[in-house]
Amino acid sequence: MPTIAFTRALERFLPAPTVEVSGTTLGEALAAVFAERPALRGYVLDDQGALRRHVAVFVNGELVRDRTGLSDPVGARDEIHVFQALSGG
Amino acid sequence: MTDRIFVGTRKGLFELARHDGTWEVADIRFLGDPVSAVLAQGDGTLYAALDLGHFGAKLWRRDGSGMWEELAAPAYPPKPEDAADDPHPWSLGRIWALEPGGVPGRIWAGTMPGGLFRSDDGGASWALNDALWRMPERRKWFGVAGGEQPGISTVLVDPRDPRDIRVGVSTAGVWATTDEGASWRLINRGMYNEYMPPELREDPISQDIHQLARCTAHPEVMWCQHHNGVFRSENAGANWTEVTAIRPSKFGFAVAAHPRDPQTAWFVPATKDERRIPVDGKVVVARTRDGGRSFDVLADGLPQHHAYDLVWRHGLAVDGTGERLAFGSTSGGLWISENGGDSWTAPDARLPPVSVVRFAQA
Repeated sequence: MPTIAFTRALERFLPAPTVEVSGTTLGEALAAVFAERPALRGYVLDDQGALRRHVAVFVNGELVRDRTGLSDPVGARDEIHVFQALSGG
Repeated sequence: MTDRIFVGTRKGLFELARHDGTWEVADIRFLGDPVSAVLAQGDGTLYAALDLGHFGAKLWRRDGSGMWEELAAPAYPPKPEDAADDPHPWSLGRIWALEPGGVPGRIWAGTMPGGLFRSDDGGASWALNDALWRMPERRKWFGVAGGEQPGISTVLVDPRDPRDIRVGVSTAGVWATTDEGASWRLINRGMYNEYMPPELREDPISQDIHQLARCTAHPEVMWCQHHNGVFRSENAGANWTEVTAIRPSKFGFAVAAHPRDPQTAWFVPATKDERRIPVDGKVVVARTRDGGRSFDVLADGLPQHHAYDLVWRHGLAVDGTGERLAFGSTSGGLWISENGGDSWTAPDARLPPVSVVRFAQA
């Protein structure tokens, strides 16, 4: 099963541990996490279900392409990383 | 009088308390996170909206026992196909105004990109006001101020009738409902924007409402700090007269109305428009006590040398007596008056940039 890890910056707001999830697309993998942790959804996705503007997701080090449909494929051994995409004062 | 002030800043929520005549920081919450709106209810419940740079707009509530809990933030419905040409996103940008609805449990939230939300269960769930959001004119709203998106900066519920509401939009004029939000009208007449193209100068929808305030005891009296000046209405926002006596300048963002005296209001003027700093580097408050015919320029206790503090829309507050005021600035200044603005003191604190100041309800 793919592994999904979240930026530690989220820990200030709510628990977001690394987990193994089912799913063959990014959307399915995220949905599996949010089924267990519904409060996490609004930190990663906006209210239209797209990746938040300043959230970046990598699959095996490659930036995902479909930020609205979340259709990028994920394989059983893939590692998904969810990061914040900017910094500032 | 209330002895608590809540100050939302770029880096957290600060609670000030008055002890032996001195105001001190008594509590800090959300340190490091931008606070975009605060609402203190009469039962002791406190609401704080966050505008997290990466993770979106959030809403938290503190109950009377002091426990904080994250609530579901207002969410926009899925964007339908017939809205493909809507110039504004159907997605929550920022919670910009939180106001009590006048009936138990009801709260209104004004947001960017222009949606008005209502909760009837103390913020646990929210619904977009569909009638205002689906007004065809909404597509003409624009977001010159406060961000890329238009935003509802003010929600004013008539204290005599919770169905009667005025909403100030930056930028889209003053909107009114008298049926609890089932239908809306653009009502403002008499305002003008001198920087707009001539054909839009007096167009009601082109008016940039920086902030509205109304007198609680005389709710038909409203004040507006407009992008282009100060205006006053005596018929709940339908007709406006420019207040030309404002000094030292007519530009600014914040306004506070006296809760009982319809002739008294406060402003924090700044040089217009591109610079947006205090005139001559002096922080002052402008107060009228005669309905805007004349103004006192109040400076006692405020910095008068090389001060470049700007006060945003929600950065000035008055308490229920009209005697205590507080305002906070983009430079993290915070000043409090206990005599209607005649003199001011600053707590011993250098705060992050201030976005919102509110008094606890007595």
